[in-house]
Amino acid sequence: MKALIAAGAAAVLLLAGCGSGYDSAKSDGGSDKPITIMFGSSGEAETGAVKAAAAAWQKRTGHQVRVVPAQNLTQQLTQGFAGGTPPDIFYTDPTMLQQYADGGSLYPYGDQLPKSTVDDFYPALRQAYTYQGKLYCAPKDLNTHALVINTDMWKAAGLTEKDYPKTWADLTKVATRLTTKDHVGLTVGGDHNTVGSFMLAAGGWFVNEDNTKVTANSPANLAALKYLQGNVQRKVFATPKSLDAQNPGEAFGKGKAAMDVDGGWVEGQLKSDYPNVHWTAVELPAGPKGRGTTVFSNCWGIAAKSPNKKLAVDLVKSLVAPGQQKAFMNAFGVIPSRQSLGTWAKQTDPKLTAVVDGVEYARGTVSIPGFTSVLADFDTQLEKLFTGGTSPQAALDTLQRNGDDAVKQK
Amino acid sequence: MVALQTRRAAPPVHRRRRSPDTVRQRRAGVLFSAPAVLVILLFLVAPMLMALWVSLLHWDGQSNPFSGSARFVGGANYSELLGHDGLLRRDFATSVRNTLYYVLLDVPLVTVLSFGLALVVNQRILRGRGFFRTVFYFPSITSSVAIGVTFLFLFQGGGAVNAILSLVGVQGPSWFTDSRGLVQIVLAGTGLVDPGHLPGWLAAQGMGLSVWDWLAGPSVAMCAIIALTVWSSSGTFMLFFLSGLQNIPVQVEEAALVDGASTWQRFRGVTLPLMRRSTVLVVTLALIGSWQVFDQVYVMSQGSPGKTTLTPAYLSYTTSFGDGNFGGGAAIAFVLFAIIVLFTAVQRWFGRERS
Repeated sequence: MKALIAAGAAAVLLLAGCGSGYDSAKSDGGSDKPITIMFGSSGEAETGAVKAAAAAWQKRTGHQVRVVPAQNLTQQLTQGFAGGTPPDIFYTDPTMLQQYADGGSLYPYGDQLPKSTVDDFYPALRQAYTYQGKLYCAPKDLNTHALVINTDMWKAAGLTEKDYPKTWADLTKVATRLTTKDHVGLTVGGDHNTVGSFMLAAGGWFVNEDNTKVTANSPANLAALKYLQGNVQRKVFATPKSLDAQNPGEAFGKGKAAMDVDGGWVEGQLKSDYPNVHWTAVELPAGPKGRGTTVFSNCWGIAAKSPNKKLAVDLVKSLVAPGQQKAFMNAFGVIPSRQSLGTWAKQTDPKLTAVVDGVEYARGTVSIPGFTSVLADFDTQLEKLFTGGTSPQAALDTLQRNGDDAVKQK
Repeated sequence: MVALQTRRAAPPVHRRRRSPDTVRQRRAGVLFSAPAVLVILLFLVAPMLMALWVSLLHWDGQSNPFSGSARFVGGANYSELLGHDGLLRRDFATSVRNTLYYVLLDVPLVTVLSFGLALVVNQRILRGRGFFRTVFYFPSITSSVAIGVTFLFLFQGGGAVNAILSLVGVQGPSWFTDSRGLVQIVLAGTGLVDPGHLPGWLAAQGMGLSVWDWLAGPSVAMCAIIALTVWSSSGTFMLFFLSGLQNIPVQVEEAALVDGASTWQRFRGVTLPLMRRSTVLVVTLALIGSWQVFDQVYVMSQGSPGKTTLTPAYLSYTTSFGDGNFGGGAAIAFVLFAIIVLFTAVQRWFGRERS
């Protein structure tokens, strides 16, 4: 047994030795190793577009680029970080930002971007990727929640463009009018993301401005939950699960709901799976505290342990350049992260006008390490809430308790 | 110790002298087993020791855990998991509860089913035995991810299972959305318990869950996953039983036949006792497998509805990779290890050969 342990320990040391190879590598400037871009791809179109962008930069600089679509980005990134050989450039998003920044994995290169570029990013995106005063990551795209409407059902209910809901009261009214025995008025994903957008409209949110305190059990959040729960109970709103669909887009596409609170990604889903559905999207109606929506995005992270940080920053500059962002939108429909391209984006894809407009008053997702399971637990609470298993106050209290715990442990 | 003393006490004349031949044979033996031992040490024992080390660290998964950059916290991950009334302990208790119900249903069902299948394909008079053996074994070699996706379609609200149920006039449940357990559904359905106003003893807490939640029973979603694993693992276990059945000497069967034993008597008095070892093996393996369920949950439900399909293995994964709490995730894995050892020991004690 002793020999066994000794051999095991030796193997451990051996492996540990292998893993630390990069620590002593040159920390900046010039390594001849190719630059690696790792990203979670939505499909062929996205992979092809990123490859083309990388090839263009490679041609210009003569430095080789390797493009790696990840099967499971978070997992593969962690493996790279732990082994000391992360990809130089990778997609990441606000939910992981603090975790990676705290772990010293993320290289804050915001100050190396031209001021004109940084200022051109939407403020909501800049805020989402700024942590402890530093811009860590250049946003590459954006998406927000909007109200997606089935125009055929809208007309069938005798509604016109003038009836697009402006307030929550309007939303209840049209949802009630649109509810028939075949479909409900509105489907809302019963998860923290969609509910979060309603919280924002009510003037609440999961955490405070700088992501340091949990503000779950506020009267504003309670108002949002009560509004949603009331309409679910009256059967004019329904979660996709109760409509036997995996996500709201599917419930909407299958014609089980006349309206859907969804992000711009629903366009791709409707195009490929439900091409016969006629739809339009408008901004989410205002709650008690005005309009509110959540902004989702990815950014180009650069690894702190990359031996090629200078080149990586240069490559990222070319990836967020206006021309390149236009190319990405044309290839796979992502909305550019630059304000100067807002009008162009709306002209290119008029159906996403409301999604683009939403970013003006949107807020980014929560970025506290350990919040993944806190929000997953909240999803469970919401599931119970919408099936009558718990009360809005109890759900928020649980969220508050779990969130406080996560912040404390940070 | 006893053996050692006897050997020492033995007179030296009886000591076998090693011939050069035996020495050479031994050396060859060591040499031949060395690659396998090395592989086991490198890919099994070493990672386990590494994980044990990680479970004692506050490690975010973004550095080398052996470089000293991760803080050593001793048993803090374990006390957080088992002693602190927080989300992690509640999730862990939930996952253990789910798995207990899983074991309770999966192990007996899969044992009985695979035994039955083995009996069927062992019959000498059965035509096309080879065909049936292949068919029954087929699920075991199919990717669990593919099976998971297929079952997801079958158990959809408007899926094949509910369509068949509706033929006999039963309104099928929406399998993957009801977060209540079967026991809860029955108790609340018959009006014995009002979930809104639980009596005191049902509302009492243990490990962050109320007694009502502990006694919930498996959810319908969990039952679907159990049905899946019973079906997909029965083929492998059938093979174990089949080899056991074929080890039963024909003479014994014939002797029983001559003695005038009926089919049932032969099964009860001859086959079953002789199959004890196979049964113990299958039950042990099914038990261990039950505590390690991961891919079905990862593919089909991610723990939903209402965390009723959350398993310890899946929780370990999400704690590590989702929350970046790799120390906590590793601690879950080792507590799980302890649970499996405990259950296996108990089960082996029950299944031991009694003289």
